[in-house]
Amino acid sequence: MTRENIEKTINGLLIEEFEIEENKINPQAHLKDDLGLESLDFVDIAVIVQKEFGLTLKGEEMTSIRTLENLYDYIYTCIQKK
Amino acid sequence: MVDYIHNKGFQGVMNRVVITGIGIYSSIGKNLDEVRDSLMQGKSGVVLDKERKEYGFQSGLTGKLDRPQLKGILDRRSRVCMPEHAEFAYMSTVEALKKASISPEYIRENEIGILFGNDSSTPPVIECVDIIRKTKDTTMVGSGSVFQSMNSSVTMNLSVIFQLKGVNFTISGACASGSHAIGMGYFLIRHGYQKTVVCGGAQEVNLFCVGSFDALGAFSKREAEPEKASRPFDRSRDGLVPSGGAATVILEDLESAKRRGAQILAEVVGYGFSSDGVHISVPDVDGPLRAITMALKDAGINPGMIDYINAHATSTPIGDQNEAKAIDAIFKNSKPVISSTKSMTGHEMWMAGASEVVYSILMMQNSFVAPNINFKEPDEFSAKLNITPVTIKKEINTFLSNSFGFGGTNSCLIIKKFH
Repeated sequence: MTRENIEKTINGLLIEEFEIEENKINPQAHLKDDLGLESLDFVDIAVIVQKEFGLTLKGEEMTSIRTLENLYDYIYTCIQKK
Repeated sequence: MVDYIHNKGFQGVMNRVVITGIGIYSSIGKNLDEVRDSLMQGKSGVVLDKERKEYGFQSGLTGKLDRPQLKGILDRRSRVCMPEHAEFAYMSTVEALKKASISPEYIRENEIGILFGNDSSTPPVIECVDIIRKTKDTTMVGSGSVFQSMNSSVTMNLSVIFQLKGVNFTISGACASGSHAIGMGYFLIRHGYQKTVVCGGAQEVNLFCVGSFDALGAFSKREAEPEKASRPFDRSRDGLVPSGGAATVILEDLESAKRRGAQILAEVVGYGFSSDGVHISVPDVDGPLRAITMALKDAGINPGMIDYINAHATSTPIGDQNEAKAIDAIFKNSKPVISSTKSMTGHEMWMAGASEVVYSILMMQNSFVAPNINFKEPDEFSAKLNITPVTIKKEINTFLSNSFGFGGTNSCLIIKKFH
């Protein structure tokens, strides 16, 4: 999967599932401060990442993911290692 | 803080408790107007659910209602944490708060509590267990499951959505849950612990939530005629029809209601409760008799002052018979008009004690008694009661609402027109 596809999938899910306004989505967007996501939402993001990409996000890994770019990078790196 | 606690009620305080808001979301209507019309017309909300037959249910009969569409009304976080009966309760509570003219600003500035009756939340529990069994990974359950699964799901969700700051818990008393919730709210206000409490009952409506109940063979098998299946007190009754939804009843201290100029719909004057202490599923006569007597004593009235009884009667052979015996023992001289609205709605279980207060208040406001539909021929016990099979015009000043549940829990409420 290309990085572009990862970004497109994640962005689509944030807009559709999490009802985040499209104009707020950009790589530098902070998940909590800019997108308004909270700790409970990260539990659902972990489910989505598992379903879409077959990756298990652990709690300690989630804490280092602060921006959308961090999330794209994390998924891309994990897929490359597969 | 000490003063605050000391000011929150003490022995001897006896506030009058009034109802300033009601709301309903049920199989016979999604708001007060629709439900009032259904009650007047004797309209049934019962259908045959073919999916239940595919799952091997002995009875596929159920009250039918759709889930409200809350996307665009509530944010995702709120919706993800709500099972269907919390959605029903959201709808009935929005209507009740509006009726009571209680605004978000008033809620912010005043301590308002919430007490709801609820005794199950089935699909979220099943879905959670299915995911864990399949994936062996609890993170796949997601964030909403725990909040949807708990018995207190309705009160935890609504207290957050409406930002309520007072008492906040759920009462599980089987099919008397909703009635006990109103009774407990009444006690808290009467004795000065709360000024306003959002009370109610909620009941999920899905096939899995009543599978274990169906196992007992307690449901009507009259599947060819769904609308005739729930026939409380009728000689040919053969079981109850499960149903559900939610009802909200806003209780308020009279002085507080007057101060803010609220419209007062009725007054709660009596609450009686008891436990049969006899059998897990077979209702007794003595327990209900004691609960009715306690409610009358609490209200300080004699049986002759009750104009209408909204019976618990669910359409089971033994339950209706024993309630008829208890009612006859107390009301044999005055013979107030009686109907079981479950003949139309089916048995709304955890919700029933609250919804039947709403139904009875609608009757009180519009001067009629809703019919006990399908009551064609009495048995020897119901023959002694004044049960109406048709809608009748009648001024109701005071009514009694009976609710009984598994384990022999009994709750009786007496409500009066406000004077």
